[in-house]
Amino acid sequence: MLFDMTAIGIALALVLSILFPGIIAIVKAKTAGRKPPSILQPLYDVIRLFRKGTIYSSTTSIIFQLAPLVYAASVATALLFIPYFGGPGIFSFDGDFVFFAYLLGIGKFMMIIGAMDTGSGFEGMGANREAFYSLLIEPAFFLIMGSLALVTNHVSFLELFSALHLNTHLSYLVISVAVFVLVYITMVENNRLPVDDPRTHLELTMVHEVMVLDNSGFDLAIIHIASWMKFIIFGTIIANFLIPVLISIYIKIALFVGVQVAFAVVVGLLESFRARNKIAKNPQWILAMSSLAIIVFLTTLIITSKLILN
Amino acid sequence: MDVFVFKLILLLSVVIFVFDKKIQYFATLILQLTVSVISCWWAVSAFGADYAASPVPFMEFFGHPVTLEIDRLSAFFIFVINFTMLTGILYAKGYLKPYLEKKNRIEFALHFFCFLWLQISMLLVCMVKDGLAFLFVWELMSLSSFFLVIFDSEKVDAIKAGIKYLIQMHIGFVFILIAFLVAFLNTHSPFGFEGLSAYFANNSPFLLFLLFFVGFGIKAGFIPLHTWLPHAHPAAPSHVSGVMSGVMIKIGIYGILRVLTYIHSDLLLIGVFILVMSLISGILGVVMAIAQHDIKKLLAYHSIENIGIIGIGIGVGTIGIALELPVVAALGYAGGILHILNHSLFKSLLFYSAGSVYQQTHTRNIEQLGGLIKKMPKSALFFLLGSLAICGLPPFNGFISEFLIYSGMFRGLADGSLNADILMLAGFLGLVLIGGLAVFCFTKVFSIVFLGTARSDRTVNATEVSSGMLFPKILIGILILAIGFLPGLFMAPLNEIVMLFTGTYSIPENIDSVFTNISIVSIGFVALVAILWMLRKQQQQKCGKEPGVTWGCGYTGANPAIHQYTATSYANNLNDYSNQIMNIHSKKVVYEEDEIFPTDKEFSTHSTDVFEDNLVSKPTNKILFWLEKMAVFQTGRLQHYLLYALIFLLLVFLLTISNVI
Repeated sequence: MLFDMTAIGIALALVLSILFPGIIAIVKAKTAGRKPPSILQPLYDVIRLFRKGTIYSSTTSIIFQLAPLVYAASVATALLFIPYFGGPGIFSFDGDFVFFAYLLGIGKFMMIIGAMDTGSGFEGMGANREAFYSLLIEPAFFLIMGSLALVTNHVSFLELFSALHLNTHLSYLVISVAVFVLVYITMVENNRLPVDDPRTHLELTMVHEVMVLDNSGFDLAIIHIASWMKFIIFGTIIANFLIPVLISIYIKIALFVGVQVAFAVVVGLLESFRARNKIAKNPQWILAMSSLAIIVFLTTLIITSKLILN
Repeated sequence: MDVFVFKLILLLSVVIFVFDKKIQYFATLILQLTVSVISCWWAVSAFGADYAASPVPFMEFFGHPVTLEIDRLSAFFIFVINFTMLTGILYAKGYLKPYLEKKNRIEFALHFFCFLWLQISMLLVCMVKDGLAFLFVWELMSLSSFFLVIFDSEKVDAIKAGIKYLIQMHIGFVFILIAFLVAFLNTHSPFGFEGLSAYFANNSPFLLFLLFFVGFGIKAGFIPLHTWLPHAHPAAPSHVSGVMSGVMIKIGIYGILRVLTYIHSDLLLIGVFILVMSLISGILGVVMAIAQHDIKKLLAYHSIENIGIIGIGIGVGTIGIALELPVVAALGYAGGILHILNHSLFKSLLFYSAGSVYQQTHTRNIEQLGGLIKKMPKSALFFLLGSLAICGLPPFNGFISEFLIYSGMFRGLADGSLNADILMLAGFLGLVLIGGLAVFCFTKVFSIVFLGTARSDRTVNATEVSSGMLFPKILIGILILAIGFLPGLFMAPLNEIVMLFTGTYSIPENIDSVFTNISIVSIGFVALVAILWMLRKQQQQKCGKEPGVTWGCGYTGANPAIHQYTATSYANNLNDYSNQIMNIHSKKVVYEEDEIFPTDKEFSTHSTDVFEDNLVSKPTNKILFWLEKMAVFQTGRLQHYLLYALIFLLLVFLLTISNVI
């Protein structure tokens, strides 16, 4: 039964991942007073890319061709680790979130060297920033997971989240800050505002978009799909924080969809009203997320009465 | 019988000197193989036995008997040593080919002789417990590796690096000697490891441990004891750097581990100490690595980083024992010990690949390389494999050991009290940072060396290296993949070693199901990549695939050879935040204001080691300064020297009549 629910969850996540960028685009258009595109516009774009041929720069090697595939595969595999509706992910074991984070890491590694393979100074710049930012954001994710391990005494995604809600009402203190940090981790991981602006057309200030300048056709399409899935993956983690365990499965599904849509709307709003950081200020800003996460950690120490203040 | 053969080989090693250059290599190979087979046989039987390392009488050494004792820790190290030394000698055949004309027969013989003796002495270090014999073989190890380092003896740098290495090894030696003496004099128990248990039972262990840590830590390369490493590794030929970084520095870790088996009190302090030193080594090691342009120096700093990771595992394990957290203890030690094996694999692979690049391009400066993947695709692939593994990315072996350490630390967070939590927090934050920085560093070095286009004409004549040089890399690659994809197979023997330290605490049973899951995911992940590859192939057959040029963002004059990213610019991002450690100085000539027709300008950067500057160079320069002042007395005139003798005699006379001496 639980496994079926996970299958439904994954199917739902995949469907939502197609809608996710569309929702963001609609929110951004509405707030800017423009006529919004169809919610399926990103899907049409990707389908069009699948019909196109691929151009490979003669500077590039096999690495450039391998990179998008490894990236997409890593994100798709990571999707199978997250619990849906309180049931286990397809793969669930002690320490699975470490595997999850490092799996995303190998995708990033390949994308970075893929961009460097083109020999373009611009792509080098993007690759370099991606490497730097992802090294800075990683501690925040581990700190959040560490805090959860503290609250719940468990060390796998499934148990972390299911025990979180049962443990103590004080854990809601942790949840609120953790969700805030996770939203921004998502923005950094997906290279969105305020770290990177996907709409910009100045290569000098781009991060992710400039890394994929030379990708085309099939490769570009799966890179796009992988980015959508990345949004949904983090959206699902956030949903796991917010959805209580002991409620009927139908409400859970409704809440799941609700959280994902709300997350997309939040991203859209953030992107509409938030200016991008100065590129040189990005590292400090990202490190601030880790310091917030440390506050989460200290709070959990107090909640679990390991750290006693008097 | 086997002991007899082993001894016979020690004697036979001399015959390398009588052979011709070509035969020398095969003689060494055969001797090494025999040594490896015998010692591996001992190691296997040590694993098979229920424990109780039965001492084998080996020889008489200055009147007292020396026995070989092989427990599971020794057995583990014997496997690691033999494997890496054998891949080293296999790789050496191709690597030394260009030297055949430059070096004479005796030089070659000495090199092979020392290579063989490096293996023998390392094996013996892991097998003897008697203090005197241990120090003797420890010295043999340092000496033989010294001669290996200075193989390129016509280069001043090599000699300098070798002497630096030799001096620092002897400082370490003194610390170990003092530590043994302290234990010996305090307890009157036998001189050597056997005597330590008596000392540690009755005394607070930390100070003696500190002595051992400094002594063995110089060999292992913990920061700030590491300053020989970044000089010796680049100076040595690549097969030597590979085995030195792969196994020899681990012998330092062996020493620390061996000492730890005798300590049963005050473990929290020791664990915290090891953890802190390891975190410093790990983080600073990788940050300093990012600043390097010399590929082998960069890899040397990564050895320091990985020693740090091993140390984090051991530190976490020790803390686990001290705080009575069984899972933390077992997983910490398991991760640390497995990382010893893992590092010996991917680091030797990386050094061998770097050596291949050096052989083809005659430069170690990565700023002059680029685009080599097109000329040396197989070497590039092996370097990539090593890079992915050293970054701890799944599904390769580095991930497995780091995963074990992480699991231990998160378990510690969940189960432990406040002080455990704070320690584990420091531990996993450090490990996360190290991982991220390693990715930063290896994306840099792989991209700059192998990707893009050539940055100078050094790479023009580069071709793929001979299959003889690729063969040992294949062996290593297979093991890397085996540990990465099927980690479950290695857990049972690993558990046996871990129990030496943790007593009754063993690796938790559920690790099997965890690793089964990891195997399935890893295989699935690779399969998914393969499926995507097929799909794309089909799509491209239908829709087309064509070559083009790199998009220059509208600028058609873009020339990848000039405009692509360099190692300096890649590191620059991080440099803004950590220049205290990276210590990069740039030299540039600025344009004068009245310069109407500017001439060529130069810009260069170089990085120096902060620790070496402040702990080694500055003090020795001070001493040298005063010693040079003393040279006033060395006038070269006989009259003055006679005067000194007279003053000395007078002094003795005066001191005697005033009853001072």
